[in-house]
Amino acid sequence: MEVIGRTVAIEASGLGKVYDGVTAIDGLSFQVFAGEIFGLLGPNGAGKSTTLRILITIVRPDAGHATVLGHDVVREADRVRHLIGYVPQERAIDRFLTGREHLLLLGDLYHLPKSETRKRIAEILRLVDLEEQADRPARTYSGGMKRKLDLACGLLPNPKILFLDEPTLGLDVQSRLRIWDYVRRLRERGITIVMTTNYLDEADRLCDRLAIIDGGRIKALGSPNELKAGLGGDIISLTVGASETACVDRLASELKGLPFVRAISTKQNGLDIRVESPEKALPVVLEAANRAACRLEFIDYHRPRLDDVFVALTGHAIREEFPKTDE
Amino acid sequence: MAAYVQEIGALTMRWVRRLSREKFSMVFTLVQPMLFWLIFFGNLFQRAADAQVVQAPNYISFLAAGVVVMTVLNNGLAGGVDLLFDKENGFLERLLSTPIHRTSVVLSRFLFVMTITCLQILVILGVAALFGVRPATGLLGVAVILFIGMLFGVGLTAISMAIAFSVKSHGDFFSVLGFLSLPLIFLSSALVPLSAMPAWMSVLARFNPMTWAIDAIRPLILSGWAEALPRIGMVVVIMAVFDAFCLYGSARAFRRTIG
Ligand SMILES: Nc1ncnc2c1ncn2[C@@H]1O[C@H](COP(=O)(O)OP(=O)(O)O)[C@@H](O)[C@H]1O
Ligand SMILES: [Mg+2]
Repeated sequence: MEVIGRTVAIEASGLGKVYDGVTAIDGLSFQVFAGEIFGLLGPNGAGKSTTLRILITIVRPDAGHATVLGHDVVREADRVRHLIGYVPQERAIDRFLTGREHLLLLGDLYHLPKSETRKRIAEILRLVDLEEQADRPARTYSGGMKRKLDLACGLLPNPKILFLDEPTLGLDVQSRLRIWDYVRRLRERGITIVMTTNYLDEADRLCDRLAIIDGGRIKALGSPNELKAGLGGDIISLTVGASETACVDRLASELKGLPFVRAISTKQNGLDIRVESPEKALPVVLEAANRAACRLEFIDYHRPRLDDVFVALTGHAIREEFPKTDE
Repeated sequence: MAAYVQEIGALTMRWVRRLSREKFSMVFTLVQPMLFWLIFFGNLFQRAADAQVVQAPNYISFLAAGVVVMTVLNNGLAGGVDLLFDKENGFLERLLSTPIHRTSVVLSRFLFVMTITCLQILVILGVAALFGVRPATGLLGVAVILFIGMLFGVGLTAISMAIAFSVKSHGDFFSVLGFLSLPLIFLSSALVPLSAMPAWMSVLARFNPMTWAIDAIRPLILSGWAEALPRIGMVVVIMAVFDAFCLYGSARAFRRTIG
């Protein structure tokens, strides 16, 4: 299938899943194009893993349907399984087996001849830089090494599409950057990547296109830049002195309804104000602060970031430390 | 078919490899606690147990059949726990994302548990032989003992897997196990013949498939084919029903887990 000259690798339409009365996802529809890095961005419990599990055929949707490279994930599950690789969210590793034994096992599960498995293992171990540790039991591996082995396992079937569930969760900065680097290299080899994350910077810098998911629904779909541009306006961030947090609410009500002001979200010690044109809005905002008798400690002005997009779309921050928006 | 053999072979070898990595637990798997029952209980109750009541030359020869079946019970009931760990740490998910037949994971576990159980039964019969207990029906009798053990073991392992796929955590799994296993042992003919039990216990014990397995194995060790054959016929029928029931339950639990 072609959409504006791009091949559709995955087509999901109206996917829904309910677990014992809890709606995990509700009517998800999206497309993934061949050769891109597609991200599912959302907080814990948003339904990212459930979506991925449906696409890799290990969970059956209660509603809707999906195709992977043209094959239905329920009716042609076996075909789909031959075409994809999967890196689960948990470190799905058998601590008693060595890294190489994991890969040999998978070779048999993909019904490869031994010689082919060995060839692929040598290549993949080099790619993820795990050659030296390959014959040590996995229980001696560090977190980063386990993640590399996870990735190697996902690559063994030579997949057309690789699914990564929170690939950098809990990793140190160094390992995160390295994983990003591998993922980009895989895209260069023509592998389509579908990944989940709850890191905004990861989604912003790594993904070609994103679906923002919250509460089991898609809130927005597009490239990071489209999403930011779609928000419209820039952000003025005000911080008040620690002793003056009481004036934040006063200032918010002063600002509400003013020209140029599109949305306001209050924080512990300040405000984020989304405005149409900052050069016109800034004097108005400062005047309002004066009227509200708020002493400003810090003023910051920036183009919308993905976290601003997220707050604007969902009404809350991706992690819980911020209160909600006042649109 | 070749693909099926390849994947089941690889999955079974994984269990073997895991066991061999844990040298400690490998030793304790073969020299299992059940042996202590045979050696200590068997000799301890030598005088206390009345030969007239147990209908055997000595208590240890009476107990051997019970210990064999208790081994099957323990192995079977614990057989699902490794799948539970796989489910908890996501390894099962990884296995199921590959193009294997959905039954292969479970089948490999059956194969492994059954093989280990057979080895353990042979060790027990070997140790019993050291204490002078020789099966009256010879090597063929030993083969039939293994066969009955397997019949019972399949159902138990299926129950264990059903529990593993149904519980929320392995804490729950072990609680359920602990709750099941002792009553099953005491409400059976493993330690005392039904005729020597309080009436209510002997009634309950009759509903315990373990009793039927023991009562078929015991004459194979103590008396001979004439007494054993009708009981073997009986146990095959009972186990067929028991296994069908357990396999059905575990298939349902499995299907629920993997959607
Ligand atoms: N196997 C399951 N059984 C019951 N509830 C589940 C199961 N898997 C997910 N859920 C629920 O579905 C929702 C979405 O979960 P999940 O897809 O794991 O979210 P995410 O990966 O975005 O954190 C959560 O409320 C979660 O508790
Ligand atoms: Mg998740």
